[in-house]
Amino acid sequence: MAECGASGSGSSGDSLDKSITLPPDEIFRNLENAKRFAIDIGGSLTKLAYYSTVQHKVAKVRSFDHSGKDAEQEHEPPYEISVQEEITARLHFIKFENTYIETCLDFIKDHLVNTETKVIQATGGGAYKFKDLIEQKLRLKVDKEDVMTCLIKGCNFVLKNIPHEAFMYQKDADPEFRFQTNHPNIFPYLLVNIGSGVSIVKVETEDKFEWIGGSSIGGGTFWGLGALLTKTKKFDELLHLASKGQHTNVDMLVGDIYGGAYQTLGLSGNLIASSFGKSATADKEFSKEDMSKSLLHMISNDIGQLACLYAKLHNLDKVYFGGFFIRGHPATMRTITYSINFFSKGEVQALFLRHEGYLGAIGAFLKGAEQDNPNQYSWGENYAGSSGLMSTSPELYPMQRARSGTFDLLEMDRLERPLVDLPLLLDPSSYIPDTVDLTDDAMARKYWLTCFEEALDGVVNRAIASQPDSIDAAERAEKFRQKYWNKLQTLRHQPFAYGTLTVRSLLETREHCLNEFNFPDPYSKVKQRENGIALKCFQRVIRSLDSLGWEERQFALVKGLLAGNVFDWGAKAVSDVLESEPQFGFEEAKKKLQERPWLVDSYGEWLQRLKGPPHKCALIFADNSGIDIILGVFPFVRELLFRGTEVILACNSGPALNDVTYSESLIVAERIAAMDPLIQSALKEDKLLLVQTGSSSPCLDLSRLDKGLAVLVRERSTDLVIIEGMGRAIHTNYHAALRCESLKLAVIKNSWLADRLGGRLFSVIFKYEVPAK
Amino acid sequence: MGAGRPGAPMEHQGRAAASAGAPAGPPDSASSSSGEPGPGGRALEPWKREPARRRASSTSAASSLSSPAAAAVDSQCQGAAGGMNRERPSSYSGATHGTRQRLESLKKKRPLFPWFGLDIGGTLVKLVYFEPKDITAEEEEEEVESLKSIRKYLTSNEAYGSTGIRDVHLELKDLTLCGRKGNLHFIRFPTHDMPAFIQMGRDKNFSSLHTVFCATGGGAYKFEQDFLTIGDLQLCKLDELDCLIKGILYIDSVGFNGRSQCYYFENPADAEKCQKLPFNLKNPYPLLLVNIGSGVSILAVYSKDNYKRVTGTSLGGGTFFGLCCLLTGCTTFEEALEMASRGDSTKVDKLVRDIYGGDYERFSLPGWAVASSFGNMVSKEKREAVSKEDLARATLITITNNIGSIARMCALNENINQVVFVGNFLRINTISMRLLAYALDYWSKGQLKALFSEHEGYFGAVGALLELLKLP
Repeated sequence: MAECGASGSGSSGDSLDKSITLPPDEIFRNLENAKRFAIDIGGSLTKLAYYSTVQHKVAKVRSFDHSGKDAEQEHEPPYEISVQEEITARLHFIKFENTYIETCLDFIKDHLVNTETKVIQATGGGAYKFKDLIEQKLRLKVDKEDVMTCLIKGCNFVLKNIPHEAFMYQKDADPEFRFQTNHPNIFPYLLVNIGSGVSIVKVETEDKFEWIGGSSIGGGTFWGLGALLTKTKKFDELLHLASKGQHTNVDMLVGDIYGGAYQTLGLSGNLIASSFGKSATADKEFSKEDMSKSLLHMISNDIGQLACLYAKLHNLDKVYFGGFFIRGHPATMRTITYSINFFSKGEVQALFLRHEGYLGAIGAFLKGAEQDNPNQYSWGENYAGSSGLMSTSPELYPMQRARSGTFDLLEMDRLERPLVDLPLLLDPSSYIPDTVDLTDDAMARKYWLTCFEEALDGVVNRAIASQPDSIDAAERAEKFRQKYWNKLQTLRHQPFAYGTLTVRSLLETREHCLNEFNFPDPYSKVKQRENGIALKCFQRVIRSLDSLGWEERQFALVKGLLAGNVFDWGAKAVSDVLESEPQFGFEEAKKKLQERPWLVDSYGEWLQRLKGPPHKCALIFADNSGIDIILGVFPFVRELLFRGTEVILACNSGPALNDVTYSESLIVAERIAAMDPLIQSALKEDKLLLVQTGSSSPCLDLSRLDKGLAVLVRERSTDLVIIEGMGRAIHTNYHAALRCESLKLAVIKNSWLADRLGGRLFSVIFKYEVPAK
Repeated sequence: MGAGRPGAPMEHQGRAAASAGAPAGPPDSASSSSGEPGPGGRALEPWKREPARRRASSTSAASSLSSPAAAAVDSQCQGAAGGMNRERPSSYSGATHGTRQRLESLKKKRPLFPWFGLDIGGTLVKLVYFEPKDITAEEEEEEVESLKSIRKYLTSNEAYGSTGIRDVHLELKDLTLCGRKGNLHFIRFPTHDMPAFIQMGRDKNFSSLHTVFCATGGGAYKFEQDFLTIGDLQLCKLDELDCLIKGILYIDSVGFNGRSQCYYFENPADAEKCQKLPFNLKNPYPLLLVNIGSGVSILAVYSKDNYKRVTGTSLGGGTFFGLCCLLTGCTTFEEALEMASRGDSTKVDKLVRDIYGGDYERFSLPGWAVASSFGNMVSKEKREAVSKEDLARATLITITNNIGSIARMCALNENINQVVFVGNFLRINTISMRLLAYALDYWSKGQLKALFSEHEGYFGAVGALLELLKLP
């Protein structure tokens, strides 16, 4: 981040040298291809938004052209891999102090190579003030957008696209942040924007919102009155003063009037009866700290009370707070939360937003980009390119502020396909993908952060090895190491930086960082080799299965599925084995498995179920490449098809570890079809359907799945969901409740996790669940 | 209020702004007062009762120590004093079952003079005193000296010490209370002079009169022990909201010396056309009662005995005066208001038009509306350009608008459209009253009506007096 050490803890950094040099690569990224700018200039911070394209490498797989040959060579890989350039869309948001505005505009002008952009959407109070400067520097026409409209568009956008965007704040609780899972329907809600004044807006749909009220007592009152009372000029300093003050020296409390509580009304003696009620005397001096604190309480309580009154009148229970008064300040989030709890008696929750500061810029950008229909896409937060929450908090980590607080970034990638809920979720609004909340569970957090640190060397090596022809692979891998290492260190101190910390988010952050440095698929060659080996074994495995009696076969199929799942480069215990024993195969894996009864064992019920009528359609979320998909999943699929059950096989859209991708699964299926008439006809007759999940994660979020998958699931009346693997069935979805039968199975390849679940390494989870009627 | 001698030195004449403090409490925290009638069984209009005449003991009040009335009064008040679990909603909150029975048997009796009602708020003490004008020669002769001197002292002065004030213009003449004719006097002094007041009671040997001090407001609790140990006086503590409502209903019913008690403003925003007009509160219910003392309490009143505290805010009269003291160095409420009357708040506040250049049409917000109270004070230049008067005005406008806004929301939530504003914040405060009248009308599009009352700050004390008269 910017090495601008001079800003201190103040918000405006008046004395900063304007010619300060910015580390451009890290801040205004992808500026060369930038088009469509939007800017939100607030009282002290500027937020710049632009749309750009990112060119990055992707690994593509392609079947060899076999024309002219009727049989493949013994040593030939099953398909070819080519690294290609792909262009994806990305939204960049940068937040910086107004002091830098001129420097930043100059920088943008110099680096904006080819753009057809003629207009810049501008919002915020400062948009007027800086209009001329922007037009002169960037030679773009400034198009003023309505502040509130932008704010609400931005709010809708983040609530829809960023999981764990909203949180509750409880000072002195552990964790202080409680993130909300995305509710499928974000409307209606109340947005209370505390800028210089307060606006209360009721938002009913994407385009329908109404200003229902407001108050003139807001952030400007705190700042203005505070400046008069304390001679302290800066907002942040006033907050800092408040954090050290005692409001009881200035306020008249119930106890001051009653000598105790007002018992008939149940009002505690500590309640404030009259703000500043004790200052009505000429013969006493009041400290700046005490007055600031009293002012903070007065304003927060007042806003909280009005918000509750409006929420009650309009029958709303979701109230989001934003504006510079809130903007990541623990002190104001705390007092607002307290006030809301008090006045609503817990019926209304005060919710805050991780990207609250960006709402205006996002909204202005969306206004300008309406012809591109950004709202028809799904977007995802890029963890590699985004600063976390509180990176600019002066209070929590004062030491870090000077280093990283000057510029704050948010990057969002446009996802190829729109994401929706799995239609089979029992209750989408209460679905939480992750099994363990590492924000909550300090022990688990410590373990996993260390685990990811320890695995980093291996990942770096794997990344280098995956690009033997690249001259700068080692250099890029080193940058990746640094970036991910820094992320892990940030998360140690601020586990809440990117929402609820989970094993999934750690894995996804790693994938984002790898992509950032052009390691799109470090396991592509490993997967290729393993797929080749497994394909060669396929027919032998099928023959051996077919020779078994029905009941024996069912068990062998499940065991095969589990054994296949042992082949997981994501699990450290296994990757060590795979690195050191290249011969380690299917049979060895089966031997590693725990004997029945398994740690979680509902095999008996499953077998019983198989004796009944076939399922209509099964949805299978596949896990690893190679033995897992080919010798574990496909034989199982084959049996289902044989029973008359249709199968939807869902694989990741993009690479993650050695997980099988959708494009790899197509080739694998094609090759298996060539060997197996049952699979062949099922593919031909659309009884076996291969789809993509929309995800590139080793874990699975059933609330963000490819829309095509969801449509298919509904069309085929899917009545069985099979989720395999540690990432998808244990780290996530272990507790997921579905409206149909489900099978979650995995081998625990992590001794700590095994311990947690009361088992051992290679313990088996076989969880068959039938929804309550 | 010692006989013939001013009380202890009282400083800062009339400086305090407000009545009993209103805690910033949660909505609905008060259970509504039930309709249970008082022990007299005729709680509807207790003051119209015609109890049998009873005089002070034929010798002197001093010897009435053993009289049943005094004993009953004592035990009643002990009940109240000792009652940790104050029963609500009994008018005699705190009276034990036993004392209540005794009170039943004595209900035809009238309490001894002097008749006081006391409301000890966070900033101001409000005292109402009933001066009997129908004293017979016989009575006059029997009247103990201390009682006589209290009467003379209170009624012949308009100021007591340097801080006690009798609001002569509020005096209610020829009132009939408990069968006695007389005048009701309204006196106030700052709460911080309570110790001096109690001390005076001791010096004047008040306890020998065996009068009952019916007191409400938080100070009834806070100073209870001091009254007992220093003044040898037992307080009969009464709930402030019960008293407030009883006081308002009573005062409204007796009018204001032939004039209307309740009034409203027509054309409040227009300096020339603005008129204060009487309002006939013939259908008082439901009513939103906004009591602006040091803090603010907001009550929804559905009938004489059925009300609830909807909410409160800590931004009240105490906040206005407290902030004014800090910002302008003023020392009295009158001074603060006087400064405010000469100031211009638009130099201090940021208006909608300061941000949008005019009306904010997207949300139909008028340009004159305040967008951010004190919002201009963020700028150093503007801080240097404002006067103390401007700051006082801005403080007044901020607090008033906020109360208006909360009151309006409560009225909407409770579905009530007449809002009565009372409390000493409104004393000599036409700016706030007109602003409340205007704001309520404007933002509710004419649906809500702001009403005011001449005796704005004294209802709690009147309510306490009425409770005294319900005693034997």
